[in-house]
Parts: sequence; structure tokens; C-alpha cells
Amino acid sequence: MPLLDTNTPAAFDSDDARLRLKRENRKLFARRFVANKSAVIGSALIALIAVVSLFAPWISGRDPYGLDVVNRLKPPSSAFPFGTDNFGRDLLTRVVYGTRMSAEVGFAVAFASSLIGLVIGLYAGYIKWLDQILMRVMDGLFAFPAVLLAIAMMAALGPSVGNLIVCLTIVFVPSIARIVRSSALVSKEQTYIEAMHALGASRNRIIWKHIMPGALSPLIVQGSFVFAEAIIVEAALSFLGAGIPAPTPSLGNLLSDGKLFIYNSSWMTIFPGLALVLVVLAMNLFGDGLRDLLDPHARRAGKKR
Amino acid sequence: MAFYIARRLLATIPVLFVLSVIVFLIIYLIPGDPAAVMLGDGASPETIETLREQMGLNLPLLPQYGRWIGHALQGDLGDSFFMRQPVRTALAEHLGPTLSLAVLAELVAIVIALPLGIRAASRRGELADKTLTGFSLFGITVPGFVLSMFTVLLFSVQLKWLPVSGYKPLSDGLWMHLKYLILPALSLGIVQASLLARVTRSSMLDVLNESFVKTALAKGVGERGIVYRHALRNALLPILTVIGGSFGTLIAGAAVIESIFNIPGMGQLLVNSVQRRDYAVIQGVVLFVAFAYVLVNLVVDLLYAIVDPRIRLK
Repeated sequence: MPLLDTNTPAAFDSDDARLRLKRENRKLFARRFVANKSAVIGSALIALIAVVSLFAPWISGRDPYGLDVVNRLKPPSSAFPFGTDNFGRDLLTRVVYGTRMSAEVGFAVAFASSLIGLVIGLYAGYIKWLDQILMRVMDGLFAFPAVLLAIAMMAALGPSVGNLIVCLTIVFVPSIARIVRSSALVSKEQTYIEAMHALGASRNRIIWKHIMPGALSPLIVQGSFVFAEAIIVEAALSFLGAGIPAPTPSLGNLLSDGKLFIYNSSWMTIFPGLALVLVVLAMNLFGDGLRDLLDPHARRAGKKR
Repeated sequence: MAFYIARRLLATIPVLFVLSVIVFLIIYLIPGDPAAVMLGDGASPETIETLREQMGLNLPLLPQYGRWIGHALQGDLGDSFFMRQPVRTALAEHLGPTLSLAVLAELVAIVIALPLGIRAASRRGELADKTLTGFSLFGITVPGFVLSMFTVLLFSVQLKWLPVSGYKPLSDGLWMHLKYLILPALSLGIVQASLLARVTRSSMLDVLNESFVKTALAKGVGERGIVYRHALRNALLPILTVIGGSFGTLIAGAAVIESIFNIPGMGQLLVNSVQRRDYAVIQGVVLFVAFAYVLVNLVVDLLYAIVDPRIRLK
């Protein structure tokens, strides 16, 4: 974990000592990771979701779009562990593919908004006149409740997976940019940045080589929360018919089908709902654990023990 | 004081400006000609041209924005293309149910969160504190609309205690009104409560660690007196901020919940307008909610400065 080294203000006698310290740090990080319940459970669940997503076609062996009119609205049984929907499609298969869709959209949004938020936050934090402009725009975007802005943009762009990722990225960039900016504002005042400046380092070099590493830990933590939040908003939008278009299995679409048959076919609501909760829970636990691990205060407290 | 108010007001203007520009630009995300998209296939070029004229699409961008925001500031948000009525009227008709739902959900949140948060702070590590930790994870993990579908399954479908969906205005009697709103308000409120409980706890803890609490303890004030008379009063400010700021989130959350319970509020208006491609209404609802959200926060901030002089002197 090179992340942990960046804040260590120590001079090294030799490369050997540096390597030893690195190894030590890595060991320490591994120990603290294993001791952190949230991080362990979270990453175990994420691993499970990743496996399910990767091996989706082999899990039930059924086609998520395969109609089977004879077996419409069948309750869970050994043939259909999660039951079937109003077209006789196997719900387990659709939940598995829906989970995969959620994970894909969540990852794409978390990745894209982290990248864009990082650039905006760094430059806003370091260059004063840019700060005024960029952060005004970010404040404006941040003033919208997330679901609302996403619905409005999706209404204009039209429902599709690509559009959804673009809209959600726009919605979540400000939260990342704010966090990176505040970290950059702190780093900027440090003596070592002044020293780099005096040595004649270029602006981009200072920003990317000396300020960016300090912003990485908070960025990763916030990114994992954006991941969770994006999955919720995606499901809400698909549920409302403004997200992923209908026959594609996504957890929001499945829940929206479930709503129509809530009286007699409760399994159509229960299983997609639980799957959604599980995915979000995994990301939140992971994020919580990561925050404890990467927070320098928590780190010092851990060392004392 | 006047200086503080002026500074706070001035800081709000750019946010409102950027916000309105974003809402205005939504129309430009439509692939192709917005007027043609709204009218659908088979519209004659003349009708499209008339609509373009009406919407001001023929003007250059800047005058177009000027015209739009000028009208909006005078309360004219344009006309709904589908409902053939001013957007303002449609908004006013749908405001009531949403406000009812948001207020009720806020009450649910306060009733759950304050006692839990206070208890958790005054007895750290005990049952209430552990409950709060679990509860706050529950709140950020279970989306309001999933929770509400599960509560419908339990209370309406299984136990048949409450209606599955629908809405009755207050004029039909308070009980009738509440009966239809309990489940949506509960699902929305519980999610909100988890956030509020966490803020209450940490705010109370901050105050309980201050030296005046120790002084009170040394003077022999009982636990009850310390927690409620001394600590809670001082801890209330951050709690009130979250309550004030949560109305925006609640109204947005209501958008999804309303469509589950078939409540004719602004959320349902928005969702229906998305399906009808009625862009004036979409812009109107989003602009209204976001403006209201910013202004409520502004009012809360200003109220504090009156209540607590430390803030305006900062």
C-alpha cells in the first residue's frame, strides 16, 4: 500500500531502510485490515458479488430474457429458487444479471466521478482564480437533491445505460471534488510545497506529484460511498422508468415489476429488494472499514496498541 | 448582524444563478430539436415552428436564458405542454400532498432520532449506542423505496392493517389523511432518522465533553438536568441544521415514494412529466424544489445567527 507512505515525513539513510519500512508498513496494514470487521465483511461480500457477476451465465444456466408462459408467476420452488415473473422468466437469473448491472453502473460512476472530481478538486484547491469558478459550479450542482437532478437529465437524454452513467457521474462529481479540494487546500500550505515551489518545480508537477498523493486516501473512501449511492440512485431511476430501459434486468426494473404484482407474488419484490440491500451494504461496510484504516488518526491509535 | 445577513444573502446568489443555468440547460441535453421531440412523430413543420417560437428556441442562448429566468422570477414557469395549464398551477395543485408527506416523515425522524441519539451519547457503549450504530448502517443501506415496498408487503398485503396505496386530502378527516400517509412517511422518516440520530449523538458528545458540563456535575446537578437542561440546549444547533436541510432530501425521496403509493404529489407530477416529455413541468419542479432547498437552508442559517451570537461574530 504505497498510500500509507506518503504522509511519513522521514529522511531515509538508504534504499534498504526505505524498503524495510515499506514492508513493515504493509505488514501493519494487513494486520489492521484483518482486525477491522467492517472491512473484512465488506470485502468478502464484494468478492461474492464480483464472482456472481462474472459467472452470471453459469449460475442458473437460464436465459434472463427466456419467456416461459406456462410457468408464469410461480412461487419459489426447487426448479425456480426465486420463483418466476409475469412472463415466466426465472427470477434468480434476472436477479443475478440485475446485480451485475448494478455493480457495473456503480463501478463506472464511481470511477468516472472520482477521476473528474480529482482533477477539478486539485486544480480548484491549488489555483485560486479557478477555485472561484469551479467551486461555484460544484456548489450549484450540489444544491440539487441527487435523484431529482438525475431524473431531469435522464428525461432529456432518454433512458439508456450509457446516459445513466453520464448523468450519475455529473451528479456525484461535486462530492468528490469538494473532498479533494479541501485536502489540496491543506497540503498547499505545507512547507514542502513551498520548498518545491522555491526549487522551481512546475505547477503541474507540484499538483500531481506532491499534492495528489495526499488526496488519494479521502478520495478512495468517498469513491466507495459514491459507488453505494450510485447503485441506490440507479435503482430508483430504473424503478421510476427513467433509468435502464425495460427488458434489461436491473434491480430497479425488477422492483418496478414487483410493484405491479405485490399482492400475489411477493417474491418478485423480496428477492430483488434483498439483492439491492446486499450490494449497498457491501459497499458501505467496505467504505466504513477503509475510512478507519486510511484515517491517519485511527492509524496512530492502532500503532499504540 | 446586518453585515452577516448581507454576506449570507450575497453568497446565496451565485448558487441560485448556477442552479438556474443548470436547469435551463437541461433542454439542450435533448438529442435533436426539443420542439420536434415534444410534439412527437407526425407533427407538421408549422406546428413545430410555432412551438419553437413559443419556447423561445429561436433566440440566441443568452437572451433565451434571460427571458426564461425573467419569467421564472416573476413566478411564470411556462405552460405545461401536456396538461394545457400553467406550470405554476400544476405545481400548486401537487404541492400539498408532498408537503404533508415531508412534514410527517420529518416528525417520524425526530421522534425516533432525538431520544435515541441523546441516550446513545449519555450512555456510551451501552444498548442505545449499539442500537444507533446498527440503525445508522441500516438507514444508509436500505433505500427508502425498498423499505417502503417491504412495509407494504408486511402491513398492507399480509396484515391488511393499512391501505396499499392512494391518498386522501386532509379535508376527508385527519385519520383518513394519516391512514394513507403512515407507511410512506414511516419509510421516508426511518431513513432520515438514521442520519439525524448520528448527528444528535455526535453533537451531544461534543457538548458533554465541555468543561461547563463538568462544573455542573461538580455542583451536583443530576444526570437528567445535565443532559436535558445543559447539554441538549447547546447541542441543538447542528441538529436543527440537519432538520432544516433535510427537507430537500425528503422532497426528492418523496418523488420515488409517491409513485409507489400513488400519492398525487410533486414527485408523481415529475415522474409523469418525464414519461410525457413535458419539459416545462420537469424544469419547473426541479427549479422549484432546488430553490426551496437553498432558501430553507439560508433561513435556517439566518435563524441561528439570531439565536446564537457566536455564529454571526465568526
